[in-house]
Amino acid sequence: MATILAVIEHRQGVIRDITFELLTLGRKLVEKNNAQLTGVLLGHDTQSLAESLRTHVHRLLVVDHEVFSDFNGETYQQALTAIIKKENPFLTLVGNTAFGIDFCPSLATQLGVPFTTDCIGVEMVDGRIRVTRQLYDGKMDAHVQLAESSSYVLTVRSGICPAEQGNLSAEIQKIESPVVSQPDYKKFIEYIEAVVGDVDITKADVVVGVGRGIKEQANLPLVEDFAKAIGGVVACSRPIVDANWLPKDRQVGSSGKTVKPKLYIAIGISGAFQHIAGMKNSDTIIAINKDSNAPIFNEADYGIVDDLFKVLPALKSKILEIKK
Amino acid sequence: MDLIVCIKRVPQTAEAEVKIDSSGKDIVRDRLTFDMNEADSYALEAAILLKEKFGGTITALSLGTADAEDTLRIALAKGADSAIRIRAEEFVELDGFKTAALLKEVIKDIKFDAIFTGCMATDDSYYQVGPVLAELLRVGHATLVSKVEVADGKAQVNRELEGGLIEHLEMSLPAVFAVQTGINEPRYASLIAIRRAAGKEIRVVGKEDISLELKSNSTLEELFLPPVGKRAEILSGSTDEISAKAATIIKEKGLI
Ligand SMILES: Cc1cc2nc3c(=O)[nH]c(=O)nc-3n(C[C@H](O)[C@H](O)[C@H](O)COP(=O)(O)OP(=O)(O)OC[C@H]3O[C@@H](n4cnc5c(N)ncnc54)[C@H](O)[C@@H]3O)c2cc1C
Repeated sequence: MATILAVIEHRQGVIRDITFELLTLGRKLVEKNNAQLTGVLLGHDTQSLAESLRTHVHRLLVVDHEVFSDFNGETYQQALTAIIKKENPFLTLVGNTAFGIDFCPSLATQLGVPFTTDCIGVEMVDGRIRVTRQLYDGKMDAHVQLAESSSYVLTVRSGICPAEQGNLSAEIQKIESPVVSQPDYKKFIEYIEAVVGDVDITKADVVVGVGRGIKEQANLPLVEDFAKAIGGVVACSRPIVDANWLPKDRQVGSSGKTVKPKLYIAIGISGAFQHIAGMKNSDTIIAINKDSNAPIFNEADYGIVDDLFKVLPALKSKILEIKK
Repeated sequence: MDLIVCIKRVPQTAEAEVKIDSSGKDIVRDRLTFDMNEADSYALEAAILLKEKFGGTITALSLGTADAEDTLRIALAKGADSAIRIRAEEFVELDGFKTAALLKEVIKDIKFDAIFTGCMATDDSYYQVGPVLAELLRVGHATLVSKVEVADGKAQVNRELEGGLIEHLEMSLPAVFAVQTGINEPRYASLIAIRRAAGKEIRVVGKEDISLELKSNSTLEELFLPPVGKRAEILSGSTDEISAKAATIIKEKGLI
């Protein structure tokens, strides 16, 4: 029976959400294609992690070795190369995360198998893999056919396959670690936690998110005044932090913070999925963007298609009027 | 240090209307503006900062059509010493893997201590070129790099993970660094430097210089517009009317 392999992503003792999404996707694929789902857990002292995966896979391969106490893309690549060669899966699934991106393209290259990254849909058609990917700042989707092969590797975007409960009962199989030390040329040293600033945007009821549409740092007071009027905190998209206009702890998104306020107002933010990941669970989302095709309008509850430089002062005065 | 920076010229689509062309496999490009891929400009700056500290050379390399030479000239104006373009028009199905394989064919004849690429390009969002290039050249790599500091022949490298957590690595050179945005402040090229770069020769290589028979991993079958999700209720009217409606919604939710 054909095997689909899914690489378990965990960090600092916790299985990452993407893992359960991948395993859900994997279960859907094996059900349709009469295959079996095997998880691969590389780690150290991972007994409780392994138990929590039992219902999600048919079989769980566990490598327990000190070298996997922390993540090193290189040790993962070498171990997975050995495991994939032995197991010969039809498909290997990995998250398109900081973890997966670091070892997957090079792993597939070393194995010499077709692969692609950041998939938002995966199908098996006539023994081949066809995926959906997103291009051009999320404004286009594409169907992509992978070259003919007996084995494929894919990275899958977070959030495209909501995690479901599993009802399997995996056989847990310990295997000897194919890798016992980190290579000299790439050594993990430590994790450094993100710095905490004076404002905690995750605690606010109203979050005013500003993006590249604000154009210049000199225009930021416009947003700050608006936030003050509505009683919210100012947060932002990544480019605003990249430009050093606001500190990192104000960034909303996959590489920043996740917020769930009662109201999120996105101002001049296009709605890249990395940003959406950090604010999609807000109770109400209002987006202000002059581009009616901006992906943010697929996520927002209310949209204002207009120039933010006109809308912000007008909206601010309406809010102050109501408050009076 | 001898450094190589891989640069891609990409359409700026965040604020533009993007349409599918008659082939169904590409977008209409003639009304779009193009610029250096955002992460690549940080990669270039990272290389320039190392060159300023340690001396050496920077080679800027781009797989692109003739207009990619404009982007390479910007790199020359900012601090690259030489530039090479691989004629993209001579190759088909340029996915991330094939792009990296082509870059490797040129790089294999150049001595280098480090290669910088962007962590991904905003047009096809592959995240592949840096790590595949490293694998093909058989050197180490790190992706989503947010810091590279070199001392005593070792590189202290930070990677940016989800939630802003940093993974600190120690790496030896040569290596490939796929750089995340925001890691430095990319400089502007001065007008004098741009004028000087306009006269520099750019080496152009094509199919005849590349011996390898290259296969791509994937074939793009068709482009289509992303299915619209729940889609926001768009407030209509004059700016004043829209603002009044939005304020009322906010009030009804009990937020002011
Ligand atoms: C690994 C990785 C992690 C990332 N993590 C994050 C993250 O955590 N958070 C994040 O935000 N991004 C993240 N990004 C970046 C993300 O991909 C996008 O590049 C980014 O979110 C875009 O920010 P933006 O919407 O502000 O800018 P753009 O995409 O440039 O959009 C600007 C918007 O402003 C609008 N606009 C312009 N002028 C006006 C005006 N006058 N009035 C109204 N609207 C206007 C435009 O129509 C456009 O939609 C990450 C990327 C990578 C590769």
